[in-house]
Amino acid sequence: MSAQATVELPRSVAQRAPRRGRRRRSELWFALAMIAPAGLGFLVFYLYPTIRGFYLSLTEYSLLGSPTYVGTENFQAIAHDEVFWTSLRVTILYVLINIVSQTVLAIGLGVLMHRLTKSALIRGSLLLPYLIANVVVALLWFWLLDYHIGIVNAALDSLGLTKVAFFGSSTWAIPTIALVNTWRHMGYTALLIFAGMQTIPKSVYEAAAVDGASEWRMFWKITMPLLRPILVLVLVITVTGSFQVFDTVAVTTNGGPGNASRVLQLYIFDQAFGRSHFGYASALSVVLFVILIGVAFAQMRLMRAGESDLD
Amino acid sequence: MATTMDVQLRRPRSRVKVGRIAAWALLVLMILVTVLPFLWMLRTALSNNRALAANSFSLLPADFTLGPFKRVLGLATPEEALAEGGSGASLNFWLYLRNSTIVALGVTTGQLIFSSMAAYAFSRLRWRGRDVVFFVFLSALMVPPIFTSLPNFLTVKSLGLLNTLPGIMLPTLFMTPFAVFFMRQFFLGIPREIDEAAMIDGARPFRIFFRIILPMSAAPVTTLGLLTFITVWNDYFWPLLVGRTDGSRVLTVALGVFRSQTPQGSPDWAGLMAASLIAALPIVLLFIAFGKRVVNSIGFSGIK
Repeated sequence: MSAQATVELPRSVAQRAPRRGRRRRSELWFALAMIAPAGLGFLVFYLYPTIRGFYLSLTEYSLLGSPTYVGTENFQAIAHDEVFWTSLRVTILYVLINIVSQTVLAIGLGVLMHRLTKSALIRGSLLLPYLIANVVVALLWFWLLDYHIGIVNAALDSLGLTKVAFFGSSTWAIPTIALVNTWRHMGYTALLIFAGMQTIPKSVYEAAAVDGASEWRMFWKITMPLLRPILVLVLVITVTGSFQVFDTVAVTTNGGPGNASRVLQLYIFDQAFGRSHFGYASALSVVLFVILIGVAFAQMRLMRAGESDLD
Repeated sequence: MATTMDVQLRRPRSRVKVGRIAAWALLVLMILVTVLPFLWMLRTALSNNRALAANSFSLLPADFTLGPFKRVLGLATPEEALAEGGSGASLNFWLYLRNSTIVALGVTTGQLIFSSMAAYAFSRLRWRGRDVVFFVFLSALMVPPIFTSLPNFLTVKSLGLLNTLPGIMLPTLFMTPFAVFFMRQFFLGIPREIDEAAMIDGARPFRIFFRIILPMSAAPVTTLGLLTFITVWNDYFWPLLVGRTDGSRVLTVALGVFRSQTPQGSPDWAGLMAASLIAALPIVLLFIAFGKRVVNSIGFSGIK
């Protein structure tokens, strides 16, 4: 960057050197001033609670009185907690179904929009479910997929197929919730990807079209490679979010039937506010935290997030 | 771009056309899948609960009535509500609407200003330790909100702000890692030459930010503003923890309460859909007003 600037500004290096030094000093104070409010929020509501969360995970705390230090007792209990292992398995299943379906659909939608139309109306309608609260979307699908009089089961019934207890059966609860959230998020994810595609110069596609390349080939040889940095950003955000599914489960199955849809965050919520096991709940969220960090770093590593193919 | 040079295949025109028609069909299908459930929601909200079971397929409301909206808004007597299969309970809708509006507007304003400022310092200013500090900020993106929610609940509690709107707003009022990250990405895309040129012309850093960089970024700022507003408006988990009284309950939490009030066995589907529609309406109106500009501005590259 600085090398470029030197080339473009035809001034003697000797003349510029002192200016530069002064600018750097002043930029530090300016930078600190610019960061101050966000930094306050960061310290009080991100850093402090993060540290405190780790501390609480080593305590027993019922919200009354003060936390009692118990060492790693909570984590030992978690290792033997069957409900925890169930909820971990359930959460991972949810994330896999949600992310795979959502990302494939979003890339498909992104490409369709990118190559077919710039219509804001089309993009707007695809974005609509994302604008609507999770709670509303959950209630909507709870109604559409109702076993007795929901439209989907009525349709299955009239086609002579067996009705499905989408939210009521332990086999279907998680796939149903995952696909409901795919439905809600796919348009938004597609728009993020579409925005990434807009950064690919048109000239590349024009050149390929002149050479007679098919859309299929352009997608694999141009779009996907150049989209990679955006895709990593999108995946890190969506996977992190997906692991923290709560709203949809809380207003539909509330973890049931049995523990079939008791995702991690719901289990943490139950422990903290349902049973006042604040220390144990904190330890569970430490585990969730570690999982998320691991998954995010793996993604960044595997997909070389920092580099761009477009130079 | 050398790779495109050796692609010599030429496809016949007709095949390309068939492909385009198929692609359009696919796109239209996806739009229908996206939009039709909402129409079904509206149709249900205008139906009489007692007639729903017998009319599973009719696209028109089953036994048309405005009853569901009336009972949600507290305009129907308990007897009228019960007659149409409601629970007799009502939502204090206008109060919850006010609460949601205050929280969403407050958080959006604060977050936009403070996060953009920080993002500028992390992208276009040069100072020692910048990348380390940014990495620390960014690492907060990896901290699951549930993780900070538990201790933040304690912080808000000890500040005496439980069951207040400031208590709901405070944690995200100053920044979210996503907002800082989002703005930084856009700031990074603006050519360095613009600052350099302004700097050479003697403009001060503060002026460069507010007079040059920020106006250039109006589109992403608008986008982020809308995304933030929607996120806060739709948030359920945090307000569920902190806003449990009538005076601090936001619409999403109220919907959850309304659902649990619904009599077991035969849920008040029409009432639920009416309440959900009303809760979503402000966002939809906002989107009709500002959406096109925002949708268009996604992908704005910073300089033309």
